[in-house]
Amino acid sequence: MKIKLFYFARLKETLKYSTEDLELESSAEWTVLKLKNYLAQRGDVWGQMLMGKLKVRAAINHELVHDGAVIHDGDEVAFFPPVTGG
Amino acid sequence: MTVRVQTEDFNVGDEIKRLQGSRKDIGAIVSFVGLVRDINDGDAVAQLTLEHYPGMTEKSLNKIVDEAKVRWNIMDVLVIHRVGTMQPCDQIVLVAVAGAHRGEAFAACEFVMDYLKTEAPFWKKEQTPSGERWVEAKESDDSAKARWN
Repeated sequence: MKIKLFYFARLKETLKYSTEDLELESSAEWTVLKLKNYLAQRGDVWGQMLMGKLKVRAAINHELVHDGAVIHDGDEVAFFPPVTGG
Repeated sequence: MTVRVQTEDFNVGDEIKRLQGSRKDIGAIVSFVGLVRDINDGDAVAQLTLEHYPGMTEKSLNKIVDEAKVRWNIMDVLVIHRVGTMQPCDQIVLVAVAGAHRGEAFAACEFVMDYLKTEAPFWKKEQTPSGERWVEAKESDDSAKARWN
């Protein structure tokens, strides 16, 4: 299945990626946590940022979700640090 | 209910007048303005940059406003949040709530801000004498939000 990924703030800066299209194995069920782990396998900063000390929040199709949320084909997934607006 | 994400500054007086419009049944308008300070965590701040998630930002603010409408009998809400680069003393955000009475207007205004601080996808980056840094989310903001559970 195909998804679109977005990264924001410190995550975007460190990973040096703001967006990417990703193809994932369709037979498996992809949760946010499984995706974080998968991306962390890229090594170096990916592991540090996604599975390290920094809290990483996620959104699927513009809705905040928890790590257990399931990702579907065509979804827009975003990873970002805790928000600091206002 | 109006939600705006913009780079331009806003005029609070004008926005409040516009919120009231020609309605004669509004008895209370409560407003909050968030400003850029020149100091944070003991360091001088020369400049603040607000990043956001286009698409989700507006949805998130609308969701928060909708929740406020469900919880309180209010007549209208306006949220304006700026993005981009700002200087100390600049306005960042305006939340204005119109109601028949002050009770619900005050509560709804505070609620919207507490939820905005913890859910709306904005991120602040400060320029200090020792360089740039991302502002950390505060536990006190999570506590403030939890009060409304």
